[in-house]
Amino acid sequence: MRAMTESLTRQADSLTPEFIAEADELVSHYPVSKRSASLPLLHLWQNHFGFIDDSAMEWIAARLDLTPVNIIELVTFYPWFRREQAGKTIIRVCRTLACALAGSYEVKDKFCQAVGLNPDCEHHGFGHAPPTTADGKFSVEFVECLASCGSAPVALINDDLVENIKTSEIPSLVESYK
Amino acid sequence: MSETATPVAMVNVQVDGEWKQFPKGTRLIEACMKSGKFIPHYCYHPKLSTPGNCRMCLVETGRPKMTPDRQPVLGADGRPEIAWGPKPEISCAAEVAEGMGVRTSSPLVEECRKGVMEFLLINHPLDCPICDQAGECRLQEFSVEFGKGESRFREEKVKKPKRVDIGERIVLDDERCIMCSRCIRFMQEVAHDDVLGFLNRGSHTTLSVYPGKRLDNNYSLNTVDICPVGALTSKDFRFKMRVWFLKETQTIDVSCGTGCNIVIGSRENIVYRITPRENEEVNSCWMPDSHRMNFHYLHSDERLVSPLVKGEEAPSKWTRALAGAAEKLQGRDPAKTALIASARMTNEELFLARRLASALKIENFDVLLRPQKGDGFLISDDGNPNTGGAKLLGLATGKLSEIARRVESGEITALIVLGEDAVDCGISEGALKKLEALVFAGILANKTSPHASVVLPTSAWAEKRGTMINIKGRIQRLNQAIQPPGQARDDWEVLRDLVQAVGGSNGVYSIEEVFKVMASETPALQGLTISRVGDLGLQLSLPA
Repeated sequence: MRAMTESLTRQADSLTPEFIAEADELVSHYPVSKRSASLPLLHLWQNHFGFIDDSAMEWIAARLDLTPVNIIELVTFYPWFRREQAGKTIIRVCRTLACALAGSYEVKDKFCQAVGLNPDCEHHGFGHAPPTTADGKFSVEFVECLASCGSAPVALINDDLVENIKTSEIPSLVESYK
Repeated sequence: MSETATPVAMVNVQVDGEWKQFPKGTRLIEACMKSGKFIPHYCYHPKLSTPGNCRMCLVETGRPKMTPDRQPVLGADGRPEIAWGPKPEISCAAEVAEGMGVRTSSPLVEECRKGVMEFLLINHPLDCPICDQAGECRLQEFSVEFGKGESRFREEKVKKPKRVDIGERIVLDDERCIMCSRCIRFMQEVAHDDVLGFLNRGSHTTLSVYPGKRLDNNYSLNTVDICPVGALTSKDFRFKMRVWFLKETQTIDVSCGTGCNIVIGSRENIVYRITPRENEEVNSCWMPDSHRMNFHYLHSDERLVSPLVKGEEAPSKWTRALAGAAEKLQGRDPAKTALIASARMTNEELFLARRLASALKIENFDVLLRPQKGDGFLISDDGNPNTGGAKLLGLATGKLSEIARRVESGEITALIVLGEDAVDCGISEGALKKLEALVFAGILANKTSPHASVVLPTSAWAEKRGTMINIKGRIQRLNQAIQPPGQARDDWEVLRDLVQAVGGSNGVYSIEEVFKVMASETPALQGLTISRVGDLGLQLSLPA
């Protein structure tokens, strides 16, 4: 797996005072058990750095008086978290019932073709980044319900919800994110 | 029911049709077990928290039927009528409650167990013939007792890491793991070294250590004991012996003053492993790895196996060696003779060592103390297992440095060393060489034995019976697991014969008799016998 354990730079070495202040603020939301701040800190970290390296898990564990294994358990459980760099634009296609019935498998295949990925490439999480193009621009993956069944099929492109996707529009949609 | 006020409130629970009482707060599984109903379980462990994840302990439960004004409906027998729940419940996570009912072997419960077993075996490799846990595997046992006997699973099993070297003393097979999490909880809650966790949770759940970390804690082997399957195995023990061939002997650990209660697993005079034995007053269910592994020297090539008299044909006969020792020791100036005993000896041996000193009128005697830094848990600050006994029996006099000094200066010309190395006591080999008489009794050759006029090979702690007093003043019993090697003899017999040879008969013929005489002369042991000490020991009230 690419760069999962051996990255040359440690993310924790490049923390800014602003980032630490934000982390402290998140921890302060959980006066009863600091452990509850694990997920908020992981989100903060991934949003900031793009992925979560070993130094991140160690830093978060130390910040919350936990051991790193408590954090890696979460990182490998939630498919959202990844221990390696994903594409600059991440296309997340919903595959839960309504979207699946509305053709989301075809939609995902089309997205893969449009960005130049093998549509058969499987992805199960466990800390891996979703399949990513060689130029690092795009990642495409299936996700579970995006809570927009009425406008199926839907996809989340970075933070934009795209609804009622028609396969014919996919190439131009991808083009707009290049 | 009981009319006296009890400190803990009792609740009435119906177990398989019989009403019983349990203290409030009892876990339902414990209530069932106390009633003699075995509940199969994997993740539940009495000393750990309850995650409730294996589902093996499902039982049918019911709560009392209530009238509209929340009063229990009473049946013809005056007992509450029970409204049985539609679904089974895990008994490890439920607490007993007033008027509760439980069925531990109904058709539904049996069906549940079959289902859980089938699920647990779906991804199991079924490699029992080569698995070290075979014979003491809960998965095997419950398959026989509660399983379906066949699987309907036709799909591919999930592949997981095998033979993972996760620690200095432990190997992990993730395919055998049933994710009970006992090891994780032990490391968190008891060892306080949270290195284990579940990665990739879901169909691919994998027990693992954090990358770069190791399960090297000095209590790590306890995870092997509590692992209900063959996922965690001991590097030291695996593939050495099938467990069903092991003879189990209940005894105590002698590596420090705690005196952890243990079971020795041996076969044909070879010790293969040591596991902790539950004793709430001493070590709960645990023991340190360093102590558990501290038995290989029993089978060392350095063991002394036959008596020796310097300058005579070797090996010597016991009768000759004992007579030789007596010749060397008798008729000397007692002021020029000293005895060094060991706080690793049993009470019986120390008592006889004291007698030997009296018979020779020796006043210079002491034991070697071993203060050490304990770990605040089961390794005590005392490296000797029986300092309590040495103190109680008057052997610990504090004269050791004085004795060493006078041996060095040549004032002391005869020395008896029992189970210690005189060099450890501050006596140089040069001074030992110059002694006119040096009688050494012990199990291993050391720096003292080559200089001894008489060497008397004796028995190690796994090779004899006896008692010791731990750091908290608890008298505990050693039991014999294996025979001593070669011609080595039980220490107490050697000491008795020495006492007899130098001072005449004292007529003790069994270790029980030695204990009896010792108890009659020692107020703190009054009324005790070796059998009364029992497998769990007894707390003594020792003089301050």
